[in-house]
Order: sequence, then structure tokens, then C-alpha cells
Amino acid sequence: MLSIKNLHASIDGKEILRGIDLEVKAGEVHAIMGPNASGKTTLAQLLAGRAIYTVTAGIVQYLGRDLLSMTPEQRACEGVFLAFQYPVEIPGISNALFLKTALNAVRKYHLLPELDAMDFLSLVRERMKRVGMDDAMLLRAVNEGFSGGEKKRNEILQLSVLQPRLAILDETDSGLDIDALKLIADGINDMRDPARAIILVTHYQRLLDYVVPDFVHVLSQGRIVKSGGADLAKNLERHGYSWVDTDAIASLATQANQATQAPQAH
Amino acid sequence: MHVQPQSWQNVALALVPYELAGSGTPWVLATRKAAFKRFEAHGFPTKREEEWKYTDVSLISKRGTLAPDNIPPEASSEAKLFAWTLPSEGMHLMVFVNGHFDSGLSTIDDLPAGVQIGSLADMLDEGAELPKDLFKQQHEHTVFSALNNAFVTDGAVLNIAPGTVVDKPIYILFIASGHGTAIYPRMIVMAGAGAHATIIEHYMGTLDAHNFTNATTQINLGAGATIEHCKLTQEGPAAVHIAGVHAQQAEGSHFTSKSFVFGGRLVRNDITVSLNDPNCTCTLDGLYLLNDKQHVDHHTRIDHMAASCTSSEYYRGVLDGESRGVFNGKVIVHPGANKTDANQTNHNLLLSRQAEIDTKPQLEIFADDVKCTHGATVGQLSDESLFYLRSRGLDEVVARSMLIYGFANDIIRGVDVPYLRTRLEHLLLDRLPQGEMVKELL
Repeated sequence: MLSIKNLHASIDGKEILRGIDLEVKAGEVHAIMGPNASGKTTLAQLLAGRAIYTVTAGIVQYLGRDLLSMTPEQRACEGVFLAFQYPVEIPGISNALFLKTALNAVRKYHLLPELDAMDFLSLVRERMKRVGMDDAMLLRAVNEGFSGGEKKRNEILQLSVLQPRLAILDETDSGLDIDALKLIADGINDMRDPARAIILVTHYQRLLDYVVPDFVHVLSQGRIVKSGGADLAKNLERHGYSWVDTDAIASLATQANQATQAPQAH
Repeated sequence: MHVQPQSWQNVALALVPYELAGSGTPWVLATRKAAFKRFEAHGFPTKREEEWKYTDVSLISKRGTLAPDNIPPEASSEAKLFAWTLPSEGMHLMVFVNGHFDSGLSTIDDLPAGVQIGSLADMLDEGAELPKDLFKQQHEHTVFSALNNAFVTDGAVLNIAPGTVVDKPIYILFIASGHGTAIYPRMIVMAGAGAHATIIEHYMGTLDAHNFTNATTQINLGAGATIEHCKLTQEGPAAVHIAGVHAQQAEGSHFTSKSFVFGGRLVRNDITVSLNDPNCTCTLDGLYLLNDKQHVDHHTRIDHMAASCTSSEYYRGVLDGESRGVFNGKVIVHPGANKTDANQTNHNLLLSRQAEIDTKPQLEIFADDVKCTHGATVGQLSDESLFYLRSRGLDEVVARSMLIYGFANDIIRGVDVPYLRTRLEHLLLDRLPQGEMVKELL
């Protein structure tokens, strides 16, 4: 579904991504872990189309098409979804209006009839129940005055209403207490589907206790320095990121001769 | 005394009061003549005056005449149609065509007990005592109030007996059309103790109207009275609109002013509130949405004269094209007005490089134990917010319109009258690219 090859990107002339390679297939859940400033958010936002980053090399293919040439709204309509690390507050626009506009924009793109108010409400109410959100949140302005947990839940609600094919979740677990984390994890697990791929970008391992990934990648200084299964995350928790960093230096030396990244399971 | 251009200043102007309403009533004539003298002595303000630093009114002095039309024209069919739709929305309606009351278009017969509404011109002709005190009062925050007092053509007088709740909003509609019309409306509102009312002043101009409207609204609130005053300035693109809204508040009263400016070439609103007794609250909100070469100036002034009053002010502006906005919010906390709580906010969104805003808070505090805050921002649409909306599938044009809508709607959503709120939303969306798409979704 998603194929990233040798992706380099910079912001204000400063290189942040220095050669990312990643293959994601439908039905898979990938976790991208890494310390602060390793390039996690840059990768997530770049895939969604944030224009502040300049791609200096590499290609990204999504469903066989050049993702980087699409506008953010095209990507969204084609099924790419980014749950923001810091969801933006939009004063004056109700959550209901926002969700309905988004959903109908995507439906229109696929030449589907737009949902009327009744159909929309019954759909969104059902989804809200699943993520434990109160109906009253529909009338409130998008993310305005929401608590950290409410903002993250609102992202999961959008995810569940828009039903994308590729969901990228940027630190959706950060700042949540354990109950909120479980709710979010339930919401994500609910979205697991043979036709959908999910990329979890996270600093901590704890979300992965509840959403068990198929693959874990460690990002450091703009490169994926290690890939493995769910157990890689456990090792990271035990030993910290310094463990992969030292390991990475050694592996990078040998990597120069290898065409692809070490353990990619397919 | 300032040097004045000759065009407007001819001897005949001094004679105009003899042809206007109330010319047979001595106190009316005397008030008009004295007011004209005051205007003549001062003349039009210039940019050298602090209060007019950013607003050039020379456009007005270049006019052929300042004299009001004595014979109102027939209201256009479009305006009539609009007036006919209003009563069905549950409004007490007064319609003025080029400043003259049109009883045929108005519906003010079905009033609750304790409410008196009438045409000011009729009352002045009859020499009625009701509007006398406020008519004679010199609310001369600017010299335009004197000009209004001299030439006032007509207007609404509203008297609400103590304890009376006016069930439906009172909608005062001013329709302007034609070239070179000068219109001088005057509203006099007297709310008795504990009275409740919502008043809407709507100025509507045709596309080809070149009117100069100079309006004054006086609102006196008795103890514990609650008045909400909404003003919608939707003048034609060539019109000049200069107006003052002046409120006096007695103990424990609540006054809300909402000013929406969508149309007009040059608009200036002076809104002043005097909190004369303890425990009053006043809220001044506003929204200006400008384009092309529009110039819109809001000068507000709140005088905290007594202790334990709360004032809050919240204005937003969206400026596009080569438009220019001015916001000046003055709050004066007088000696003895302890425990005053005053806050003021003005946010502006500049959509073009040529647009300009001058925003200035002015706090003068002469009392102790007061809480005063103010904040002003000038910015552009946030890239981050645009990206957020686009990442959900909204195209860039719709995303921009939605953000502008959200920014402006923050003020509109505070309007309590559903009809007016919807109308304002639609006026806003009509101005935004692909706004009809958002409109469908509302």
C-alpha cells in the first residue's frame, strides 16, 4: 500500500529525514518508535502533505501512485489519514459541521451522494458511542477547550467516521492516563482491517501493549536504524533508545553494502 | 475654528431647521438651531484630532449639501419585499425610507401593555413631552452628534414602562436609496426599572445609493433593566455612515451592544456607555468584514463611574482588499469606581497585504482594586489550521472560507435572536468564496 524509498526531507535547509525506507501492506500495523527529534512527526506530517517540509530525494508510492505530488486534500480523499499529535483548535466551527464537511468532501470525491443531516447524525452518534464521547461534543467548536484526552479521542472519532485506508497516528497515546489510553487503543483496534494499514508513531511502548503491532521500526536521526516484530518494542522499553543507537552504529556500517534494510519480514 | 470647504457651508443650511419636523415647537427649533451653531463652530473633524487620526471624513465635506431630503422617495420593491418578510419572523417592525417613517411598511400596532413606540417626527410636530429631555441632551462625543441634532429627520422613540418585558425584538429598518441623500435618524430609548427589550437597528442601502447617514441612538436604562442593542450596518458600497450609540446605565442594569458592519464606503461607529451606578454590566461586541476600499472605524468608550461594575468588549475584524479598519477601545475607571472588572479584546484577520488595521486599547484607571485586561491581535490564517482542514479532505478554498467563517462566527453565534443570527451567518457566507458550500451544511 505504502512504499517509501530513500526519503530525504528538510525544513529551513536543515535535513531531518535522511533516507527512510519503509514498506507497508494492507492489513498490517506498523509502529515507528524513536526518541525526540528523530524525525517521527516530520515523517507523519510529510506523508499527509504538510508543505513546510521539502523533499530533497526519494519517492513515496501510495497504492501505486506518487503520493508526494498530491495535495493534502487529495491524499485525504484517497484514504490517507493523519491523527495529529497536537490536534488544532478551530474556534467558531462546530465539531458536527467539521465532520460533516470532511465526510462529504471525501464522498463527493468518490462520486458518492452526500449524506444528509439525519444519516450523518445517526452515523456519527454511533461512532461517538464507541470512542466514549458525549453527544454534546458535536456542538462544541472543534477541539476548542477540549482536554488533551478529548482532543485525542476526537482524532479517533474522525478516523472512525472517515474510514481511511492508511491511518497514521502521531503520538496519539501521549498525555493520556491509563483509562483514556485503553479507550484510544480500543478505537484503534476497532479499525484493524485486512484492507487497511495503520502506522503508529510513538515515543513510548505502552500503547503497543494494547495495540500489538506486526512490525516495529526504530527511527533515529532521520533513519530507520532497526526493524523487527512486536518484541523489539519490549527490548526498547527495557534498555532505552541508547541500546539501539549503539547497535545502530554497528549495523549502519554494514548496511552500506546492503540493498535493503535488514529484517523486513516480507 | 477650522477652515471649512465652501461647498456645504451656505447660508441656507442655517434655515433648514425651519423646514424640518417640530418647526412649530419652540424647544425643538431652539435645540436644532443651537446644535447647528455648535457644529458650525467646530466644523468637520480633521485628522489632526486624536479621535479622528485614522479616519478622514473629507468625503462628507465634499458633498453638495448636508440638507436632508424633505420628501421621502418610494421604497424600492426589493426593500418592500424585505420589510414584508420581517413581521412573520415575530418582530415589532418600524421602517424608515431615507430617514422618514413609513407607517405602511411598519407593524407596531400589536404592542404589549407598557410599551410605547412612535415616530420621533410625529412627536416633535405635536410638541410631545416624551422625547424632550433626551432630544435636548447634548451627547456630543463627536461633532456629528450636533449635526444629527440640528438636522434629525425622524426616528424611533421607544418607551418601556418599569417591569415590562417586550416579548418580540423591535426591528428598526432604515432603507437608503438615491444619489446625494442625507439621512439623520435619531433613536430615543427609555427603559424603565426592570424592563427587558431587544432592539435591532438595521441600515440597508441599495447598490447605487450615495447616502450620507448620520445617526444617533440614545438608550437610558433604569435600575435592573436589560437592553440588547444589535446594529447591522449594511449600507451600499458608496455610502457614508457615521453614527453614535450612547447608553446611560442605572444601578444593576445590563446593556449589550453588538455592532456588525458589512457594507459602506466609510463607516464610523462611536459607542459610549456610562455605568453610573453600582452593579451594572455592559458587553460591547462587534464584527467588521471589509473588502475593497472600505474604511470602518469603531470607537468605543466605557466610563466606569461607580463601583462593582463589569464591562467586557470583544471585537473581531476580517479585512481583505485595500480595506482599512480602526478599533479604538477606551475604558475609563473614574475615582471611586473600585472593584471594576473590565476586559477588552480585539482580534483581526488580514487576508491581503494591502489591508490595514489600527487597533488601540486605552485604559485610564483612577480607582483602586480594579481588574482591567486588554488584548489585541493582528494575524493571518494559520497554516497549521489550514493543513488540519485540508488533511481531512477539504479543498484549500473551502478550508480558507471555513476558517474565516469560524473566526467571524465567534461573534455572530452570540446573537440571541435566531432570525438575525441566521441572516448574519448568510451575509458572512455570501462574502466567502464557496461559502454556499458551507451554507448548505449549516
